[in-house]
Amino acid sequence: MLSLIVFLPIIAGLIILAVPSSQKQIIRIVSLLAALGQGVLAVLIWRQYDPTMAGIVAASGGSPFGSFQMIEKIPWISLDLGSFGPLNIEYFLGVDGISITMVLLTALISAIGVLSSWTIQKQVKGYFILYNLLATAMMGCFVALDFFLFYVFWELMLLPMYFLIGIWGGPNREYAAIKFFLYTLFGSVFMLLVMIGLYFSVIDPLTGHHTFSLVAMADQANYIKGAILGPDSVTWRYAAFIVLFVGFAIKVPMFPFHTWLPDAHVEAPTPISVILAGVLLKLGTYGMMRINFPLFPEVFQAGMYVIGVFGAINIIYGAFCALAQQDLKKMVAYSSISHMGYVLLGLAAANSEGMLGALYQMFNHGTITAMLFLLVGVIYDRAHSRQIDKFGGLASYMPVYTGFVTVAWFASLGLPGLSGFISEAFVFVGAFREEVTRPIAIVSVLGIVFGAAYLLWSLQRMFLGKRKPDALYDLEVDAHGHEHIHFHDWKGKLDLDARELTMLIPLGIIVIALGIYPMPVMGLLTTSINKLVQVLAPVAMSAVH
Amino acid sequence: MFEMPSGAEIQSIISILKGGAGFFVPEIYLSALFMVLIILDLVTGRKNARFLAAVTIAGLVGSLYYIFKQQAMPDTEFFFGMYALDRFGIFFKYFFVASGILAVLLTVIDDQLKKHESGMGEYYALLVAMVVGMMMMASSTDLLMMFLAMELVSLSAYAMTGYLKRDPRSSEAALKYLVYGAVSSGMLLYGFSLLYGMTAQTNLTRIAMVLAAHGYDPLVMIMAVLLIMAGLGYKMGAVPFHFWSPDVYEGAPTPVTAYLSVGSKAAGFAMLMRFFFVAVPHGMDMYVSPLHIDWLMILMLVSAASMIYGNVVAIWQKNVKRLLAYSSIAHAGYLLLGIITMDQLGTQSVLVYLASYLLMNYGAFYVVILIANRTGSENLDDYRGLGKKMPLAGAALTVFLISLVGLPPTFGFIGKLMIFSALLSKGSLFMWLALIGILTSVISLYYYMLIPLNMYLRESERPEEGVVETGMGAKLVTATLMILTLYFGLFFQPIANYAKYSSVLFGAFLN
Repeated sequence: MLSLIVFLPIIAGLIILAVPSSQKQIIRIVSLLAALGQGVLAVLIWRQYDPTMAGIVAASGGSPFGSFQMIEKIPWISLDLGSFGPLNIEYFLGVDGISITMVLLTALISAIGVLSSWTIQKQVKGYFILYNLLATAMMGCFVALDFFLFYVFWELMLLPMYFLIGIWGGPNREYAAIKFFLYTLFGSVFMLLVMIGLYFSVIDPLTGHHTFSLVAMADQANYIKGAILGPDSVTWRYAAFIVLFVGFAIKVPMFPFHTWLPDAHVEAPTPISVILAGVLLKLGTYGMMRINFPLFPEVFQAGMYVIGVFGAINIIYGAFCALAQQDLKKMVAYSSISHMGYVLLGLAAANSEGMLGALYQMFNHGTITAMLFLLVGVIYDRAHSRQIDKFGGLASYMPVYTGFVTVAWFASLGLPGLSGFISEAFVFVGAFREEVTRPIAIVSVLGIVFGAAYLLWSLQRMFLGKRKPDALYDLEVDAHGHEHIHFHDWKGKLDLDARELTMLIPLGIIVIALGIYPMPVMGLLTTSINKLVQVLAPVAMSAVH
Repeated sequence: MFEMPSGAEIQSIISILKGGAGFFVPEIYLSALFMVLIILDLVTGRKNARFLAAVTIAGLVGSLYYIFKQQAMPDTEFFFGMYALDRFGIFFKYFFVASGILAVLLTVIDDQLKKHESGMGEYYALLVAMVVGMMMMASSTDLLMMFLAMELVSLSAYAMTGYLKRDPRSSEAALKYLVYGAVSSGMLLYGFSLLYGMTAQTNLTRIAMVLAAHGYDPLVMIMAVLLIMAGLGYKMGAVPFHFWSPDVYEGAPTPVTAYLSVGSKAAGFAMLMRFFFVAVPHGMDMYVSPLHIDWLMILMLVSAASMIYGNVVAIWQKNVKRLLAYSSIAHAGYLLLGIITMDQLGTQSVLVYLASYLLMNYGAFYVVILIANRTGSENLDDYRGLGKKMPLAGAALTVFLISLVGLPPTFGFIGKLMIFSALLSKGSLFMWLALIGILTSVISLYYYMLIPLNMYLRESERPEEGVVETGMGAKLVTATLMILTLYFGLFFQPIANYAKYSSVLFGAFLN
C-alpha cells in the first residue's frame, strides 16, 4: 500500500512519457488520476491506521520493526564490504503518527497542486513528468524508514524542483532555481557524511550487522562504543547533530538559511509555491523529528535552548519582513518563515504539548499556506501583478474571493475557531511550561501581534476601501448605476471559477473543521508524540548509558 | 659486458616466455587486431571508416571472451616477474575494452572525424594499441614494463590527439600533450632510477622486500616517490600535474577527449595503485622521513588540491569540453580519496567509482558530440534551447551531469557513497578530506547545472527550428547509457560485488 502511494505518480509520469505532447488534456487527466489515487490510498491508510501504536523506535522486546504500521521491508542491496561485514540497504517503508499526518498532507496538497497546474500552458508534458517525480519523492521521504532510501528520495526532490522553478517560473527564475538547488544540496551533502558515519556506528540487533535502518538508529542501545558516532564520541556526535540540523534547517527554512525561500516562492509558478510551502518545508521539520533529534537525543537536550531562540527569531524576523513587503507573494513567503518558527519553538520545548503543537502546526501550515498561495495565484492570474497597493476595494467586486481570503488570512494569524489557532496555542503552552523556553515563548508571542499586523494591513489595503487611482483594473459604471470591474486582459470569470473553488473549498473546510474539532488529526499523532518525547527525555538516555 | 647466454639458457628463456604467453592471450589478441586493422585500412581504400569501426568493435568485443577465460586462472606473475595476472588486472582489462568500444561509438557519430580526408585507418589501430597499452599499465609489475606500457599509451594518445591535421587546435593540443608527456616521462624514469639505485631491483614485490629488509634513506625515498608521482599524476590529470589537460581536452577531437579522460586516466590510477600498494607500502614506521611526509601525505595533498582546483576553476569555463576537463581533474581528486585509505574497501570504492565514471563521462561526451554536430561548437551559449530540440539527448545529458555531481539515484552517487564510506570507515582520521570532497561537490553542482540551465531555462536564438533528429543508432546509445547510469544508481550490487572481488592485487597486502 505504501509503495503504491509512493510510486503512483511516477507510474503516471511514465504513462505521460508515452503520450504525445500535443495531448495536453490527457496528460493533465492522467496526473489528476494519479493524485486522486494517492488521495484515496491516503484515506485508506488513514482508516487502517491504529493510533494507539507509537512508532518512532523499535519497542524493546516487541516487534523488530517497532510499532510502525503498514511495514514493507525487503532487502534491496546487499554488498560484502570485507572487514565491515555486509552492507545491507533495505527498501523499508512504514508509518507512525508523525509520518501519517504528513502522508495525508502530501496527498492532499499534491492533488490540489495538479488542479492548480491546469492553467500551465508551456511544455505541459515536461511539466507533469517533473511534477509527478516530485510527488513521488516527497511521499517517499515521509514513509522511508531506511536512511539510505530517505536520502535517495530527499535528493530526488531537488532536480524536479529546480526545473519546475527554472522553466516555468517568473522573470528571475534562473537565479531562484539555482539558489534553491545550491542551498538545499549544501545542507544535504553533510547528511550524506552523517549517514555513512551512522552506518558504521550502529548495529542492527536483529542481524548483528551495520544498518541504515532509522528504527535501529533511534535506539541508543544499538550504537557501538568507539565508533565515530558511538556514545563516547561526544565531539563527532555534536558535529553530526549540528550539520544534520543545518541541513534540515535550510529546508525549513530557519534564519539565517532562509534567503532562498522568498526568491524561490516569488519566481515559482503558483502550484509549485503551493507544493513548496505546503509540503517541502515540512520535510525540514519532519527530518528533525524523525532523524535529527531521536538519533542524537543528548545533543538535542543540550541544544534545545538554541533551537528555541532560532525559532523565536524566525517568528519575529519573518513577521517583520512580511510587514515590509510590497509583493503579496513575498509577504506570504515570509509569513511561512514566521510560521515555521512556531514549529521550531514547539520542538524546542520537547514536551508533549510543544511537540504536538509543532506537528499539528506543520499540518495546519501546510493547508493554510496552500490556501494563501492559491489565493495569491488567483489575483496574479487576473492582474499579472501582486503589488499590494495596486488594488483596493476588491471586496465589493469579488465577494467570494474576498471571503476565502478572509478565512485564510485569519487562519494564518491564528484566530480562534480556525486550525492555526490550536496549533499555535499548543506550541505556546508547551514552550511556556518549560523553564528553558519560557522567556523565548514570551518574546515570540510578539510574533502573533506582528502577524496580525501584516495580514490585516494587507487585507485592508487590497480589499477594503475604494479602488486605488493606479489600480490594475478598470472600473465601469453601467446604465443602472452598478459598478463593474475588469482586468485588462483577463477573459475568464472575475470572481473564483469552478476550478479555483474545487481547490479552495476542501482546504477551507479542513481549516475550519480542524479549528473546531482537531481530533481527526491530533488523535493520530498523540501516541507517537508522547513516545518521541520519552525518547528525547534525559531520563530515557541515562537509562541507556 | 653481457655474456652470450648458452643454448640451454636460451631454451629455458623461450620456454618461460611460452609458458607466460598463455596468460597473455588478450594482449596478444589485441595486438593482432591492431595489425589486422592496419592491413585492412591498406586494402580497403579511402571510404572505409564505417567498416573499420565495425571491425574494431567486433574485435574488441571478441577480446572479452579471452579476458573472461582468464577469470578461471589463478593469480600469478609471469615473464620473469614482469607482468601479473590477477583479478585487479582483469577488472581493468574489462574496463579498458569497454572504454575502447565506447570510444569507437563516439567516433562514428562525430562529424569532425567523419570529414577527415585522409581516412580513419590509423585512428582505429591507434585506439586498439592504446587499449593494449592501458591493459599493460594495469598489470605490469616491473618498473621497466610499467614504463614501456605507459609510453605505448602516451604515443598512441599523442597521435590521436593531433589526428585532425588541418585543425590548428588539434595540432597545438598534440604538441602540448607531447611536451608535457616527455617531461613527465623523464621524471618518472628518474624516480624509477632512484628506486632501482636504492634496491637494485625492478620487480615491485622484490623492491618492497628489499625496502623492508634493508631499510632506506627517507629523503631519497621521498624524492623518488615525488618524481614517480609526477609521472603518474600526469596520466591521472591530478593537480599539480594537470596543466596539459584543459588545452588538450579542448583541442583534441571530442571522442579522443573522452577516451583520454576515462581510459588513460583510469590506467594511471591502476598503475598508481599497483605501484604504491605493492612496492612502497605505507606504515614502515621506523623509516619516517625527517620531514614527516610520506607518499600517503603527498597523495592526500594532491587529492585535496585536485578537488578544490578542478571544481573551482570549472565555474568560469564557457566551453563545455574545457568544463569537463576541469571536472575530470576534480574527479581525479575524488578517486585518490579511495586510494588513501589503503584498504580493500578503498580499492573497491575506486573501482566502483571508475565504473560509474566510465558510463557518465562517456555519456556526457556522447551528447556533447551530438550537440556539436548540430551547432558546430561546444560553447555553453550555443546550448540554449536545446532541451526542446533534442529532448532525449537533453534529458540524458542532465542525467549524466547529475551523476557527475553525485546525486542519487545515479551511478555517480554510488561512486561517491563508496568513496566516502571508505574514508569514514577509518573513523575521523580522514574527515577533513571527506569535508573537502563533499563541499567541492556542492560547487560542482553549480557549473554542471550551467549546461541544463542553458538547455532548458534559456531560449534559443533560433527558436523556429523544430526537433532535431540524431538518428536511431545515436538515440539507442544515448538511451542505453542513460538507463544504465540510472539503473546502477539503484541496483549497484553486481558491480560493487565484482569490484570487491577484483580488489585483490598480486603481491599487495591490504587490510
